[in-house]
Amino acid sequence: MKDGVNGVALGVFIFFFLAVTVMGFLAARWRKAENALHLDEWGLGGRSFGSWVTWFLLGGDLYTAYTFVAVPAAVYAAGAAGFFAVPYTILVYPLIFTFLPRLWSVSHKHGYVTTSDFVRGRFGSKGLSLAVAITGILATMPYIALQLVGIQAVLDVMGVGGSSSDNWFVKDLPLLIAFGVLAAYTYSSGLRAPALIAFVKDALIYIVIAVAIIYIPYRLGGFDSIFAKASSAYSQVNPATGKARGALAPPETAQWAYGTLALGSALALFMYPHSVTAVLSGRSRNVIRRNTTVLPLYSLMLGLLAMLGFMALASGVGKGVVGYNGQLAIPQLFENMFPSWFAGVAFAAIGIGALVPAAIMSIAAANLFTRNIYKDFLKPDATPAQETKVSKLVSLLVKVGALVFVLTMDKTVAINFQLLGGIWILQTFPALVGGLFTRWFHRWALLAGWAVGMIYGTWKAYGVASLTQKHFGGSSDTIPVIGQIGYIGLTAFVLNAVVAIVLTFAFRALKTPDGIDETAPSDYTADSGEPGVEPDLPVTATA
Amino acid sequence: MSDSPGTSDRLPVVTPTRVIVGLCLVLPFVAMLWVGSYARLTPEFIGIPFFYWYQMLWVFISSALTYTAYVLVRREERARKGGSA
Repeated sequence: MKDGVNGVALGVFIFFFLAVTVMGFLAARWRKAENALHLDEWGLGGRSFGSWVTWFLLGGDLYTAYTFVAVPAAVYAAGAAGFFAVPYTILVYPLIFTFLPRLWSVSHKHGYVTTSDFVRGRFGSKGLSLAVAITGILATMPYIALQLVGIQAVLDVMGVGGSSSDNWFVKDLPLLIAFGVLAAYTYSSGLRAPALIAFVKDALIYIVIAVAIIYIPYRLGGFDSIFAKASSAYSQVNPATGKARGALAPPETAQWAYGTLALGSALALFMYPHSVTAVLSGRSRNVIRRNTTVLPLYSLMLGLLAMLGFMALASGVGKGVVGYNGQLAIPQLFENMFPSWFAGVAFAAIGIGALVPAAIMSIAAANLFTRNIYKDFLKPDATPAQETKVSKLVSLLVKVGALVFVLTMDKTVAINFQLLGGIWILQTFPALVGGLFTRWFHRWALLAGWAVGMIYGTWKAYGVASLTQKHFGGSSDTIPVIGQIGYIGLTAFVLNAVVAIVLTFAFRALKTPDGIDETAPSDYTADSGEPGVEPDLPVTATA
Repeated sequence: MSDSPGTSDRLPVVTPTRVIVGLCLVLPFVAMLWVGSYARLTPEFIGIPFFYWYQMLWVFISSALTYTAYVLVRREERARKGGSA
């Protein structure tokens, strides 16, 4: 960006991009469908994936543009505050260990594919199930948007589009092209496309991480020097706000925000449509638990990547540029440090690393719509061909929704995209996880709690201003009563839970009709091999 | 906790194993959410401030704790199944 188009890097990037695009379209022929019009084919890869494909799809949930761009960018911008992603991913696994085996069992017993399916079966409430489905779709959009921001950052650093032009059309054109390509092959190949591309993506990402965390500190004179330089950069006072830029360790006033962001994000992650189904696809209960003992290694990588933010700062990326877009810090660091051809590989890793999850997320959201909204409410007698058509169209709509977020929200703090989605998806936690452990909650109370949480969270997030944006500029605000700054999503969640509990007492006292629970206590501990437990759900492939 | 088959299906809901499993799963939350306990810069490790390497160390600790929980849960589930079969 600073010195025009980087030809070699752009060439390498385009090479990989074209390669995966071709793969994406050809994927439709991979394990050729018997009946291409069936929803299972498009949305579930024909139910033909084994558990190791699932591993790659699961990896896609954590290794996204979030890992590569948003987290290091947050560290680059403010230091310690951005590192919350590490405790966040540490806390994810004990949570999965605790509640997802129960979800696995009950889903395999009753053939549930989405969280909405479970909620409907457990509480006998279509309304609650609809609320969960809508939330899932809505919350996925900013998460996809985050991926698009990642692609945009890479394009920007290579000198195409982005801040290198003032014309809005030229500025966003490369992003629109990438978006169009993504939409086209997702539309034509369904889940097969990201599943196939995931292999390329993971290979590229592992290579780039390994090189980056060894080579860059070596070039910059070791961690001592990196942190010393970063420390002096954070202590500089920003004339606009009158505060220091950041800190290497969170001051007392920022510790609540740090903890609540970590906890809130951890609670949110496995509510997302794309991650729940990836977990459900395990062969047995214990596969999930065993995975939770190995998956934390991902968190280590995330921590190492987060430190790239310090390296970008220490190497002087963006120094002295007013209003520098932090999302560009890591791609810029790669361009400064690596030879051009390897910078191209790194950019391709980020770009493809963003396309795969974006495709998976849009498919998961589309399946949710088809299964829990279209089929339950609009057209109960839809044929499989109609379902497929609807799913394909919705996957496009979800991506367009994501694009709206990209074009309207403050891109310089892209991590907020993920946090905004978290605010919403977290509101399904009481119904889902509450339902997994107890039938005590009343369905209407859960619905009311959900509504309160959604409204409060959106309203609060709307009111957060940033330096460049009046609304949706952040995801932390003062917690009522406690008076500390904290993650809005978690505050809304607590409010949600309180409303659900209080109203449950009220509804119980009034003896309002409770829904029919089609599950039995033993369903929650059933394992594969027991009678009535389907080892392979239709989901086996969804992610 | 894993009594002889025939009695184990009458295991109470709260067993010593489950208490330990619960502790293993709760500990990472206590450690990570008590931000004040690690919000400092020293001692450093190969030039990395305490705040960062401590949290990365917890990746390993929590992984080991989850693994312990996994082994314990599986052992007890086998005992329960053995009892009811």
